[in-house]
Amino acid sequence: MAVLLIAEVTDGALALDATAKAVTAAKQLGDVIVLCTGASAKAAADEAAKIGGVSKVLVAEDALYGHRLAEPVAALIVSLASGYSHIVAPSTTDAKNIMPRVAALLDVMILSDVVGVIDADTFERPIYAGNAIQTVKSTDSVKVMTIRTSTFDLAPTGGSAPVEVIATGDDPGLSEWVEDKVAASDRPELTSAGVVVSGGRGVGSETDFALIEKLADKLGAAVGASRAAVDSGFAPNDWQVGQTGKVVAPDLYIAIGISGAIQHLAGMKDSKIIVAINKDEEAPIFQVADFGLVADLFVAVPALIDAL
Amino acid sequence: MKVLVPVKRVIDYNVKVRVKADGSGVDLANVKMSMNPFDEIAVEEAIRLKEAGKVEEVVVVSIGVKQAQETLRTALAMGADRAILVNAADDVHTDIEPLAVAKILKAVIAEENPGLVIAGKQAIDNDMNATGQMLSALLGWSQAAFASKLEIEGDHALVTREVDGGLQTIKVKLPTIVTADLRLNEPRYASLPNIMKAKKKPLEEKTAADYGVDVTPRLTVVKTTEPAARATGIKVASVDELVAKLKEAGAV
Repeated sequence: MAVLLIAEVTDGALALDATAKAVTAAKQLGDVIVLCTGASAKAAADEAAKIGGVSKVLVAEDALYGHRLAEPVAALIVSLASGYSHIVAPSTTDAKNIMPRVAALLDVMILSDVVGVIDADTFERPIYAGNAIQTVKSTDSVKVMTIRTSTFDLAPTGGSAPVEVIATGDDPGLSEWVEDKVAASDRPELTSAGVVVSGGRGVGSETDFALIEKLADKLGAAVGASRAAVDSGFAPNDWQVGQTGKVVAPDLYIAIGISGAIQHLAGMKDSKIIVAINKDEEAPIFQVADFGLVADLFVAVPALIDAL
Repeated sequence: MKVLVPVKRVIDYNVKVRVKADGSGVDLANVKMSMNPFDEIAVEEAIRLKEAGKVEEVVVVSIGVKQAQETLRTALAMGADRAILVNAADDVHTDIEPLAVAKILKAVIAEENPGLVIAGKQAIDNDMNATGQMLSALLGWSQAAFASKLEIEGDHALVTREVDGGLQTIKVKLPTIVTADLRLNEPRYASLPNIMKAKKKPLEEKTAADYGVDVTPRLTVVKTTEPAARATGIKVASVDELVAKLKEAGAV
């Protein structure tokens, strides 16, 4: 059977890491056909064609798909759905917006945040902020799912799949894009970074969050934040790591001034090495840390920057 | 305009989840249950719209077990006007899937005709993040998921959404489904007088069968297990020791 994989394409650019990890999961289910869509998506499609294990890439270019609005993109996917046993996408905010809509239009359930493929019908997914892993068997004719990419390896590059331009759909006329507020950054992307440095409420202010960023830059790391830090306005929403924010699993995760609520742990506990710096030795973050340092972050972090 | 807010009774977000030893699920007997935190935000937003004169009535709906009455009373105490309980399960461990919930909500909407639905973006028990989007699909309405700001302007809503790259603002045609993210507002606590008053507010009881919706799950739970535990770590005494350990582990 064939799998339709919706590539993550933002403003014409392919998110290679997320897409290639989803390919690894999808490859276990059948032939992988990738869909790249956007106002411009040809370059993304050419890049996706190089992911190993991809059989074919479909490209649907239209201004209508430029801002990943759920209604037109879901309609496009549904129009392509027949003949596929699975429709999958990496678990990004775009996919979480679009894929449940696709599932409901096909009268099937969604499988969100799949972390394990047992067989073509059976999957593992985290529930209760990752405090339990549920194995579920789908009885639906087509499985619509999002893949939590942090648990799958990157598919290798080196493929050369054919790219086919496909017809686009009509505008359902339900929603329109107004603006994006995206901060430009030279740092690695949070969900694919090898090192993540995160700050929490203990950092105390937006100004002091610069210290977290300084350590991150020293390590070539991405910057993350706890919900408390984002709610307090120390850090932007797209830095949030946790149950409802981003899920990361870098080689090294440094949690600074983060107490370690279960909702935060849900987003980082699969990291290979976890370091926690917190002045409260009772903080739950120490229970998941490989290396814990009980210290005032304003003393320890500058010293760490100097020592690295 | 009327606003409809679906609310779910879930394990309280502060409770440590215990997976049952036989792998059949998570233990919910004698555990503190509360309104799903994202649904509280949705209820708060609806009440604020009413207070601002943008809507006339706030109707809350819960689908599940009879005990969800308590969750609806909480929403009424916060300031919702009216509640509908759709009994769809007898056992507190039965989780009605988002697709079935969306189908029941669609039927409720056919009777209630709201101009706006505000739902929580996800329930903290099954973490599906799906009901709002599915409901929108079934109704053929517009959707604005993960909202951190909502403004109603005439025949449309302007919604700022929390997305991976930052924030996206979209304009959606009414009627619409908005799903609430964490930063949409800070929900109020119900005052004691309002909790008393809520006991007298109307709460209508229905069943899934009344709406002709089959709630048989599409996903069969094979087993529920504890996630792999992390090996216990160590405390280091100084920054120098930390750096030495990280170098030893090849992490820096």
